[in-house]
Amino acid sequence: MVHLRGAVALLGRFPALAGVDLDLEPRRIVLLRGANGAGKTTLLRTLAGLVALAAGEATVLGVDLRTDRRSVRHRVGLLGHATGLYDDLTVGDNVRFWARAAGADADDVERALTRLGLDGRLRSVAVSRLSAGQRRRTSLACLIARRPELWLLDEPHAGLDQQGRDLVDALLREATAAGATVILSSHELDRSMQLADEVITIAGGIVTRDSDVAGVQVVPTDGGAEGHRGDR
Amino acid sequence: MTTQLSNTSSGPDSTASRGTRILGVLALVSMAALALFGLVLSPPDANQGEVVRILYVHVPSATFAYIGCLLTTVGSAMYLWRRSQWWELVAYASAEIATVFTAIVLVTGMIWGRPTWGVYWVWDARLTSTAMLLLLLLGYLAVRRLPADHGVRTRRAAILGLLLVPNVIIVRQSVQWWRTLHQKPTLLANGVGAEIEGLMLFALFVGFIAIGLVFTWLLIHRFRLAWLEDQVDEAGLDVAIAERRAEGAAS
Amino acid sequence: MLQDALLIAGKDLRLELRSRVALNQVLPFALLVLVLFAFALDPDRGVLAQATPGLYWIAVLFSALLALQRSFAIEAADGNRDALRLSGLDPAGIFLGKVLAVSVQLIVLEVLLGIGVAVLYTTHIEGWGLLVVSSVIATASIAAAGTLFGVLAAGLRVRETLLPLLLLPVLAPVLIGSTRAFEAALAGSPSEGWPWVGLMSIFASLYVVAGVLGFGPLLEES
Repeated sequence: MVHLRGAVALLGRFPALAGVDLDLEPRRIVLLRGANGAGKTTLLRTLAGLVALAAGEATVLGVDLRTDRRSVRHRVGLLGHATGLYDDLTVGDNVRFWARAAGADADDVERALTRLGLDGRLRSVAVSRLSAGQRRRTSLACLIARRPELWLLDEPHAGLDQQGRDLVDALLREATAAGATVILSSHELDRSMQLADEVITIAGGIVTRDSDVAGVQVVPTDGGAEGHRGDR
Repeated sequence: MTTQLSNTSSGPDSTASRGTRILGVLALVSMAALALFGLVLSPPDANQGEVVRILYVHVPSATFAYIGCLLTTVGSAMYLWRRSQWWELVAYASAEIATVFTAIVLVTGMIWGRPTWGVYWVWDARLTSTAMLLLLLLGYLAVRRLPADHGVRTRRAAILGLLLVPNVIIVRQSVQWWRTLHQKPTLLANGVGAEIEGLMLFALFVGFIAIGLVFTWLLIHRFRLAWLEDQVDEAGLDVAIAERRAEGAAS
Repeated sequence: MLQDALLIAGKDLRLELRSRVALNQVLPFALLVLVLFAFALDPDRGVLAQATPGLYWIAVLFSALLALQRSFAIEAADGNRDALRLSGLDPAGIFLGKVLAVSVQLIVLEVLLGIGVAVLYTTHIEGWGLLVVSSVIATASIAAAGTLFGVLAAGLRVRETLLPLLLLPVLAPVLIGSTRAFEAALAGSPSEGWPWVGLMSIFASLYVVAGVLGFGPLLEES
C-alpha cells in the first residue's frame, strides 16, 4: 500500500524528510505524531505525490513516486491546514467543482453534501461567510466526493467542536470500512489513539517508531494518557 | 565555510585557465588592432565624417548581442529537455553578457545619432528593436535572479529563455513593418546600410574579431563564476541531512 | 483536456459573477484611463482623435494586467494551488480554461470600452470586420501570453511587479499590430490592417502552444 525506503524530500535545500522507512497495510487508520517541524506535513504531501523525492524509494498505491508522481494524485485525498476552497464561491459551487474535476458525478456531490450536513441553508452560502468549522466540513465534503483510496489528513480535528470531531471520526471509520486507508497527523492524542490502529512517530525527518496502538507508551508531557486499543 | 563537495569534482580556485589567458591576450591584441584601424588608419566616411568610426564597435556588438540571445534560447531548450546544468549556466551567462552588449549597442547608437541626426534618439526600427531586446533580457534576468529556490528560478527562467528568440523575432518584425510601411523619409539612408569598402571594411572586420573575442572571454569567465556559485550552494546536502536527523534525536 | 478547460473557465467566470471584481474595479479603471488621456491630450487640438486606437489598446492592456492578476490571485489563496495539482485536472486544460475566462472578460471590457471611446472621443466607427477579427486575435494573444507569464510569476512574493515587467515587452508587437489594424479599419483602408492580424495570429499560436506545454511544469513549482 505504502512503501518507503530511505526517502529524502527537500524543501528548497532543507531535507524535511531525511531518510524515511515506512510500510503500511491497507484499510488501517494510522496516526502520525511528532513535534512541530518534525516532517509530518511533508510526509503527507510526499505521499500525495506533491513533493519530489531527492533520494530513496517510495511506492504509494502501487505507483512508483520517483518516476510518476502525478498519476497517484487523483487517487488520494489530502486535507491540509489550508482549506483549498474558493472563498467567493458557495459551498455547493465548491464541492461541485472539485468533485467534477476528479471525475465524480452529481450523486457523489449530493451524497457528500448530505453526509457533512451541508445540503440545507449552507449549500448556497459563500465560503468567505462560513466559520472555520464549516469550512473544514466543506473541505471534507470535497474530499469524500472524490472517493480517494488513501486519505491524508493534517490535523483534521484542529479547530472543530465536539460534534465536528465526532463526525470526522465517523467518516474515517466509514472510509476504512469501505476499503480506504487513512493517515492522519494529530496532536490530539487522546481521541486519535482511540481511533487509530497504528501509530507512527516522526522526528528529525525520519520515522523513529511504528507500532500498533497497544504497544505505545505515551510520555506524561503529552497529556498523561496511556495507549490502549480503542473499541471498534 | 569549508565544505566537502558531495560530487567529487576538483573545483578550480579561480575562473582563469591557460585557455582563457591566451584568449584574453588575443582579445587585448585585437582590441588594440581595432583601435588602430578604427581610429587611425581607416578614412572618415564621405557623408558621416569621423562619427562612422563608432560603427566598428556598434555593429559587431549588435551581432554578438543576438548571438548571446541565441545561446540563451538554445541553452534553455537543452536545460528543459535534458536537464543539463551546464547548458542552463550557458543560458544564464550569455544572457548577462548579451545584456551588456545590448546596452553598448544603445549607447554607441546614441553617440552616433547625436552628430548625425541632431538628436540622441529616434524611433527607427533598429534602435527600437534593440531597446525592446534590452527589456526582454532584463525580464529574463529578473526571473533568473529571483529571491527563490534555485530550482524554481532556473526552470522559470528557462521557459522565458526558450521564448526569447521567438519574442525577439516577432518584436523585430513588427517594429520593422511599423517603421517602414509608412512613407516617411527614412533616416537609415545615411546609416549603416551605406556602402563601406576598403580600409573601412577591414576595420569593421577587425571589429568583429575583436568584439567576438571579448564576448567569448567574458562568456567563459561568467559561466565559470556561475558554475562555482552553484557548486558552493549544492555542497553540504549530506551535512544538512545529518543535522536534520540529529535535531530529531535530540528532541 | 477540453472538458477540463470548460470546467475551469466556468468556475472562473462564475467566480467573477459572484465577486464582480472585473465589473466593479477593472472596467471603471479602464474608463478612468480613457478620461485621463483626454485630460493629458487636449481634445480640442485633434491629438486625441488621431491617437484613439493606440489609447484604446493601452487602456485594454493595462486592464488586462489587472484581470490577469486577479485570475491568479484567486488561485493563490489558501492551498488552492495544491488542490489544483491534486484535482486530476489536465494542466493544459487548466491553462486553456483560464485563457478562455480571461478572454471573455476582456472581450466584454473591449466592447464597453469601445462604446466609451465612440462616445468620449467621438470616433466614427467603420470597418467592422477588421475591428472584430483583430480584437479577437489580440485578446487571445494577450490572454495566452498573460496566463503563461501569470503562472510563471505565481507563488512568488514579487509577482505583482514581475508580471508587468515580463508581459508588456512581450506584448509590444500585439500593441503595435492591434493599433495599426484599428487605424486601418477606421481610416477605411482595411487591406493595410490584415497583415497585422496575420502577425498577431502567429503570436497567439506561439503562446497558446507554449502555454499548453509549459503550464503543467510551471504549476509544479511551489
